[in-house]
Amino acid sequence: MPRSRVAVTPWLLLLPALALLAAFTHWPALATVWDSVLSTPRKARPAHFIGAGNYATMVDDEVFWHALVNNVVYAIGTIPLAIALAIAMALWVDRRLAGRAFLRLAYFTPTVLPMIAVANIWLFFYTPQYGLLEQITHALGLASHNWLGDRRTALGALIVVAVWKEAGFFMIFYLAALQQIPPQLAEAAALEGASRAQYFRRVLFPLLMPTTLFVLVNAFINSVRMVDHLFVMTRGGPDNASMLLLYYIYQVGFSFWDTGYAAALTVVVLVALAAIAFFQLRVLDPRTHYR
Amino acid sequence: MSKRILGSALAALAIAAALPAAAQRVTEINFYYPVAVGGPVTKTIDQMAADFSKENPDVKVNPIYSGTYQESIVKALTAVKSGKPPQLAVLLSTDMFSLIDEDAIVPIDDLAKSADDRKWLDGFYKSFMLNSRTGDKTWGVPFQRSTIVLYWNKEAFKEAGLDPDKGPATWEQMVDFAKKLTKADASGNVTQWGIKIPSSGFPYWLFQGLTTPNDVVLMNEAGTETYFDKPQVVEALQYWVDLSAKHKVMPAGVIEWGTTPKDFFEKKAAMIWTTTGNLTNIRTNATFPFGVAMLPAKKHPGSPTGGGNFYVFAKTTAAEQQASLRFIKWATAPQRAAQWSIATGYVAVTPAAWETPEMKKYAQEVPQATVARDQLQYAVAELSTHDNQRVTTALNNALQASLTGSKPPADALRDAQREATRILRDFKR
Repeated sequence: MPRSRVAVTPWLLLLPALALLAAFTHWPALATVWDSVLSTPRKARPAHFIGAGNYATMVDDEVFWHALVNNVVYAIGTIPLAIALAIAMALWVDRRLAGRAFLRLAYFTPTVLPMIAVANIWLFFYTPQYGLLEQITHALGLASHNWLGDRRTALGALIVVAVWKEAGFFMIFYLAALQQIPPQLAEAAALEGASRAQYFRRVLFPLLMPTTLFVLVNAFINSVRMVDHLFVMTRGGPDNASMLLLYYIYQVGFSFWDTGYAAALTVVVLVALAAIAFFQLRVLDPRTHYR
Repeated sequence: MSKRILGSALAALAIAAALPAAAQRVTEINFYYPVAVGGPVTKTIDQMAADFSKENPDVKVNPIYSGTYQESIVKALTAVKSGKPPQLAVLLSTDMFSLIDEDAIVPIDDLAKSADDRKWLDGFYKSFMLNSRTGDKTWGVPFQRSTIVLYWNKEAFKEAGLDPDKGPATWEQMVDFAKKLTKADASGNVTQWGIKIPSSGFPYWLFQGLTTPNDVVLMNEAGTETYFDKPQVVEALQYWVDLSAKHKVMPAGVIEWGTTPKDFFEKKAAMIWTTTGNLTNIRTNATFPFGVAMLPAKKHPGSPTGGGNFYVFAKTTAAEQQASLRFIKWATAPQRAAQWSIATGYVAVTPAAWETPEMKKYAQEVPQATVARDQLQYAVAELSTHDNQRVTTALNNALQASLTGSKPPADALRDAQREATRILRDFKR
């Protein structure tokens, strides 16, 4: 009797979390997979099984491939830069200096602001002729440029916003990690005559690796997930030049109402993300700990 | 003791049960509405709903703010798919085909059957009804409608030696004026552009301001065919591209719709194209006298209409549909249409509204408001087809590709036409 009660209790304790996860994560994910092999229901033709039909459409869909390439560029553009900035900022505000709390707050502010508000502010930064950026370039005597309205610069302009938004958030993790590192290590390194660069490269950076891995996983997911500013700034334009995968899924699903195809796109993105996260946690994780 | 508690609990239950029975005679209408222009729109709508319920105690209208137009159609269609549609909504007039294809709405003429109702439906401007009818049926009722107009800065005109009281009347004149109005500083950077025609978000709409005067329509009335590759359409796009590429009087690349009015206040653009819905905004913020003109003519003047219609939803009770119709009739009555137009800048939707004393007074104070009305006789339907968003996206991409210089107009429009034909294949019978 008591033995079976012991077995029930943990399950009961898990139940609330399990129910929420199942209802809002696992079930929708499975339903999406199922929807992706059905046709989009139309007035006269209800949804029917079409197997890999939606996936076949994807192969010929130029916009999808374009969005995929853009997303890779977006990830490569944001992740290393955001992480490097985060480490630099964390090292800076970890030191004892006057107004440290204020500086930390300032770096963290972009994270606190809602992305839509941020995008509206940046929209005016980028505005040709009288935007902030334009005033700076004008003062330097450089030519005027329509940052968001040019196919060549639209995606880059979005990357800058993403880096600005994310670096402060990652800084918090690095700051926490830095404070866990015992000060004796710095003293020992100093005694051995190591320079600051050597100390960072040989001691600090390896000790920060678990944090970097965690941040990396998050940054990868964010590079797919964070598209709020597209709604305000470019809507994927001009001519799909700044189209990203998640925005494209939204457009296919909720502008075009092609729910079957949108589900197929979602499955592909989910699988890709899961594969990347798996690689990072299984392959990189065992090698990140300092031994 | 416990008996007494039980007794009072039972009494409370009985009262609670009786309440809905008494309330059942009131028909409730959930009314989705978007906000797309500046100003206290939410307050005005809430007031309208309250006033209506006061005059019609048997109907309760619940106005529900549903975001932008795009968010509103998403919410409405999601609600339809979940089986709990709103009774009434204001959505883009161009959403008509999408709503029909989803079986989401009922034809207005099935509800408005009396002679009085017929007369009311015939009272709207014909050009507003173009986006409200298809296949001999009326599916929407004009409510917040607009057209595109040209705003010009009278001060800049004076400085350039132009007559400050006359906007450009033709395409040639617009280029001419714009050349005189474009100013650059010593290092060659343009400080004031002659003209800005925005091209972000929904460039197809502004493009219709060029195709309509060139005497060409972009689609058929049934919404099953498009004519993007006609020579007049290509010519219209070439003119648009030339404004920046050849004449250098408009900035290169895509011009943001949202910041265009601000470019005008900041005197960075001497002439702009934007909706009449921005009139109140520009009146409040411009520090200089400005004029409003119809879009310049090529073969004749012309502009598309735009904005939102009332739609009555299917899968609701007959009583709810009739109550919705009563609210629509009430909200589009001349005096209310006049108040709505003055509060927002939208064009009053019936000629009768312009005859009300309030509207006459407003037209005297703000003569610019009448330009949009006078342009209506040349106005055509906004681009709307089956699978509308997909077809307009194809055209939008083509326009942006040409404006950013990556595809010449003829190629871009041919690609868009091919794409549109492919999308519309299933709808042709």
